[in-house]
Amino acid sequence: MTRLNKQGLTRRALLSRAVAAGALAVAGPGFIAATDAAWAVEVTAISEHEMATLLQMARDIYPHDRVGDRFYAVAIKSYDVTEQKEMVAEGIAALDEAAKKAGFDNYLAAGWEDDRVAILRSIQDTPFFQTVRGGLVTGLYNQKDIWPIFGYEGESFSQGGYIDRGFDDIDWL
Amino acid sequence: MAKAAKFELTDDSVVVIVGTGAGGGVLANELAQKGVKVVALEAGGRYLPEDYVNDEWESFGQLAWVDPRTTSGDWRVAKDFSGLPAWIVKAVGGTSIHWAGASLRFQDHEWKALSTYGPVEGASLLDWPIDAAEMAPWYDKAEAKLGVTGVGGRARLPGNNNYKVFEKGALALGYKDVHTGNMAINSADYDDRMACQQTGFCFQGCKWGAKWSSAYTDIPRGEATGNLEVRDHAHVARILHDDSGKVTGVEYFDKDGNLQMQKARVVAVAGNSFESPRLLLNSHSSMFPDGLANSSGQVGRNYMRHTTGSVYATFEQPVKMWRGTTMAGIIRDEARHDPSRGFVGGYELETLSLGLPFMAAFLDPGGWGREFTTALDSYANMAGMWIVGEDMPQADNRVTLSNTEDKFGLKVANVNFSDHPNDVAMRNHAYKQGQAIYKAVGATRTLPTPPYPSTHNLGTNRMSERPEDGVVDRNGRAHDVPNLFVSDGSQFTTGAAENPTLTIVALAIRQADHIAKEMAAGNV
Ligand SMILES: Cc1cc2nc3c(=O)[nH]c(=O)nc-3n(C[C@H](O)[C@H](O)[C@H](O)COP(=O)(O)OP(=O)(O)OC[C@H]3O[C@@H](n4cnc5c(N)ncnc54)[C@H](O)[C@@H]3O)c2cc1C
Ligand code: SF4
Repeated sequence: MTRLNKQGLTRRALLSRAVAAGALAVAGPGFIAATDAAWAVEVTAISEHEMATLLQMARDIYPHDRVGDRFYAVAIKSYDVTEQKEMVAEGIAALDEAAKKAGFDNYLAAGWEDDRVAILRSIQDTPFFQTVRGGLVTGLYNQKDIWPIFGYEGESFSQGGYIDRGFDDIDWL
Repeated sequence: MAKAAKFELTDDSVVVIVGTGAGGGVLANELAQKGVKVVALEAGGRYLPEDYVNDEWESFGQLAWVDPRTTSGDWRVAKDFSGLPAWIVKAVGGTSIHWAGASLRFQDHEWKALSTYGPVEGASLLDWPIDAAEMAPWYDKAEAKLGVTGVGGRARLPGNNNYKVFEKGALALGYKDVHTGNMAINSADYDDRMACQQTGFCFQGCKWGAKWSSAYTDIPRGEATGNLEVRDHAHVARILHDDSGKVTGVEYFDKDGNLQMQKARVVAVAGNSFESPRLLLNSHSSMFPDGLANSSGQVGRNYMRHTTGSVYATFEQPVKMWRGTTMAGIIRDEARHDPSRGFVGGYELETLSLGLPFMAAFLDPGGWGREFTTALDSYANMAGMWIVGEDMPQADNRVTLSNTEDKFGLKVANVNFSDHPNDVAMRNHAYKQGQAIYKAVGATRTLPTPPYPSTHNLGTNRMSERPEDGVVDRNGRAHDVPNLFVSDGSQFTTGAAENPTLTIVALAIRQADHIAKEMAAGNV
């Protein structure tokens, strides 16, 4: 194992090359899209690779298996602007470099979340990581459309509150 | 309704009040009711129930004080929220728009912390110069004003889902003093305000007006007397004084950013415990080089924020804790002083819920990965409680002037805070009890959550018998300056275990009585 690791040829690494490509496809110039074409993000300022990496990174920072990629894409879309281009390019390059040290071609090439999380842990104190993570706290969780996935009901005043709608309806105690 | 008063900038017969929150808003109305002319200056804008929004971040953007502040010390807030040491409001009505409404009297012994607990190493404990017997009638008035439930013949609120989980666990552990609290939230129509509709956005401003806030009670009632003028978007920059050392008025930036000067017979400061000492410190002069009312060197010191923390827990089945009142019940058994637990003073446990967006921000600030997200995946099955206990005053936990300046070029407050070992011991005890409560109801996971940016800010202009020990006397009057008063939580000598606002309000009603009498007697 030790020898293989050094050469970057762990079994996981080998597997991951096949797997990673399946999750996201570069859908023509300037777009990345889900392979099932359920959603697509236009990429203007940053590269498709950078956008795809940011998306995976967002998923790995706040993984919710019942929350689709499209919500994460919305949360990171704001990085695709000229002002953020340099920060993103440098950050993703450093992330890919950290992935290489861990024996993968790049971050996306690491197929298991555990491996990617280990790579993220190695950069978690960098301003790039902290910026992306901090932005997700509102960028992801403040999207009203994901609230129902968590059961959160949001605004209630317009429906008269919960006085007649189950504020005390717990039945399992 | 009488037309709200308008006073001239040159009118030196008025009482100027800085800030219109729980302390300033009540003082303004109480004085106006007694015929005293008042100009209340408020840095924020005006928002009423129709303006409040049932949305955590949007409401934060509407109401929160987000002007710069800086932090230091070893509290985790300084790391996770370095520019936001407190979560408080900048608006007419102040943080009484945000507050949850828990309205508890101090326990009798808490007025005498030093005598009761004895000296504690590293802590600057002191007895208040007033006591429970003296405060009792003022508490009665405050409870009647706020419509507090569970006292004065007012029924308690019904318990919501979050409360039911909490109550069951508490009773299983043998706790006895467990109920839906003493809340400034109407359980039935009272004082022209309707009953709580259990909408569950108490922190975002009650859209029904069921919860008391000075924004839509004391302020408009004071204005209706014709004796109160409230100027919003008026940020007070400094307090001015004459050669005799009496204050003569204030300088403030108006809504257009122009500097104005309002003359005054009396000035009362009620900007909450960061801004009040900041204003006194920024008002330094050749006569008062260390800041106004600061001959003791105590202005800004002994900042207290209560020993807090939260415990959330997940269960097999849904709780939906966000439904209904945010603070829906209390356990008081641990509020007693019982040093056998390893600390002096006590703490309350109160239910609390956050919506999903705030939960993501506050559950484990900086946390990420599955340890964090799997907890949120169970959000609907979560119950939550908040710890609020007496923290130790410490001289070096203090507000000073930072080198950072705000948009007016005024030095902002730096807030330095580190826990005292007593605070840590108390918090750990409370975490253990909180987790045990939820485990007794079958919690699948418990989450001892770190303190949020401060909501209770106390002590930075402490009340003391002797001038060398504090900033203000038993009436909140500055020891150094006869016509300067402090009217907010910064007067607190010690913090007690209880949520502070009922006491702030009781002190403000009492102070209004004192100021009016002193004015009538020609003493100020
Ligand atoms: C989320 C939350 C929940 C809470 N729940 C409870 C609870 O259940 N029970 C309880 O007892 N307490 C609770 N509190 C605390 C309570 O809100 C405060 O104790 C109380 O509002 C403090 O009153 P105050 O008058 O000292 O300050 P505030 O109410 O904060 O008012 C200060 C006002 O002064 C203004 N101001 C500041 N500086 C200047 C200046 N230079 N010029 C002009 N204006 C200025 C501010 O804009 C503000 O409007 C809660 C607080 C929060 C944030
Ligand atoms: S739960 Fe009750 S008090 Fe809280 S905001 Fe809703 S109506 Fe007002």
